[in-house]
Amino acid sequence: MLIPKNNANQMRTRILVKIVEKFLQGRFADADRIPLELRPKGGEVSRCCIYKDRAILKYRCMASMGFAPEDETDELTSLKEYGERALARQEHATNKLSVITDACSGCIRSRYMVTDACRGCFAKPCQVNCPKQAITIVNGRSTIDPDKCISCGRCQEVCPYHAVIRVPIPCEEACPVGAISKDESGKEHIDPEKCILCGKCLQSCPFGAVVEMSQIVDVLKLLADDDKKVVAMLAPAVLGQFPGTINNLIGALKKLGFADVVEVAVGADITTQKEAAEFIEKMEKGEKMMTTSCCPAYYKAADVHIPEIKPFVSHTRTPMYYTAELLKKEQPECTAVFIGPCLAKRFEAENDPNVDYVLTFEEIGAMLVASGINVTDCEPQEFAKISCAQGRRFPVSGGVAGAVVSLVGDKAEIKPTAINGLNKASIKLLKQYATKGSEFNMVEVMCCEGGCVAGPGCIALAKKSAIMVENYVKTAPDLKDKKD
Amino acid sequence: MEKVKIKICCGTSCFVMGAAQIQVLEFAPPADIADKIEIEEARCMNHCKNTTAKYNRGPFVLVNNELIEEANFEKVVNKVREILNQEN
Repeated sequence: MLIPKNNANQMRTRILVKIVEKFLQGRFADADRIPLELRPKGGEVSRCCIYKDRAILKYRCMASMGFAPEDETDELTSLKEYGERALARQEHATNKLSVITDACSGCIRSRYMVTDACRGCFAKPCQVNCPKQAITIVNGRSTIDPDKCISCGRCQEVCPYHAVIRVPIPCEEACPVGAISKDESGKEHIDPEKCILCGKCLQSCPFGAVVEMSQIVDVLKLLADDDKKVVAMLAPAVLGQFPGTINNLIGALKKLGFADVVEVAVGADITTQKEAAEFIEKMEKGEKMMTTSCCPAYYKAADVHIPEIKPFVSHTRTPMYYTAELLKKEQPECTAVFIGPCLAKRFEAENDPNVDYVLTFEEIGAMLVASGINVTDCEPQEFAKISCAQGRRFPVSGGVAGAVVSLVGDKAEIKPTAINGLNKASIKLLKQYATKGSEFNMVEVMCCEGGCVAGPGCIALAKKSAIMVENYVKTAPDLKDKKD
Repeated sequence: MEKVKIKICCGTSCFVMGAAQIQVLEFAPPADIADKIEIEEARCMNHCKNTTAKYNRGPFVLVNNELIEEANFEKVVNKVREILNQEN
């Protein structure tokens, strides 16, 4: 997708920068100035007035400190106080997405409407074809009664003037699993049981009403503590997310206070080996197919929403899992922070005792900006372990299946395909693969279209990052030549 | 006709604050300006260091010699169109 991040998403970056700035300047003593600094008197206004802008910014700041808008019990609790609470807590906030009710515009419920192009014609095909008699003629023009309309779309199909349009609700349209819907008041609400933490609603809402609970304060606190050894685990989608080379970035992260930096692509190589072995074993047993398991949003979607596909999901663990396992074996006392493009990884980390925190590239970017670190100027450093081409290609669509194919070789007949992005249609397709079978026996599933390089926590354009990933792959050894 | 020069600051602060997204101009520029622009990715131009507001005014983009603060895709495209219209 080439559409730049919308302004609401850009604002999230600015808020994160401010949060880090206020932490560094005085442990949030001044945090209540953030809404005023981002929306100064006489400046630009995005909503009805400056006061609403600031009120919503406060909720967005709360989320960046790890508090959900619905956790608010007293509206007078200051950001300073939330900051202090965040610094005092031992456990990070619950991983979830929330809607700021006052920021949600409550997009109109009726999905179909008749525009000015309606000629109030004699034939009235819309009215004739409506199965619910929802269309009446008012002032010489067709009108849809939203209480009767079932959004079947027949009126749109039959109108000779193309006068009927479908107005989608962006967040509901983007959610692959129907986890976001309206409550009685018409505002959107996310069901945590259904939500797969993919972040598509957050990326799509033009009002910036969806927020996620950040762990940035928890990690800032650890980085400032000299007694704590914090290790960064860099997801392979990191290529292109920052200026300079990946080696400059290691130097930059060390300047931020990370004791060590490891590459998750190393764990991806292990995933490749195990997944290839599992595939061969499954085919020998006569199973009809296997799907990948490294996308945590897909993993939860399969668990909660696609029971048909569950028996086919690989039991191999994710690159993050193996990387953290290796890390904790070597440095058991360290705190492991996964840094990636993904929000669903937060959910996966909850069930992985070796991963302590999950940050996004955007959050690390905010730390670099507020600390005045220019990545290009940082001393280039090397990783202790070298990753292979297979692991490095994991974050682009087709990368995981390609890696497994390369290791399976002629040991089994492999017919791969890639589900590039989870949406309502591809979920239907997966159900079909599970129940009716298909011509494929190896199905890669990535929730984000384009792969992890298009994740909601990215800074760079997916296309740009994908090019950098491919360049990085070219300089890597082949996993097939690797001897352990 | 000379092309309009767009210099996108790609120092870390500008890149993170949104310059990375303005790079969409390289891949999918609006059709009316596509062959009339020349894009350069610049190293930190130090604008973030020369103001009291620091990075808060970023990302910075130079269109010909005009500096755009808090730049985004829309602001840059509008500036390019303005310059092209003046020339015509």
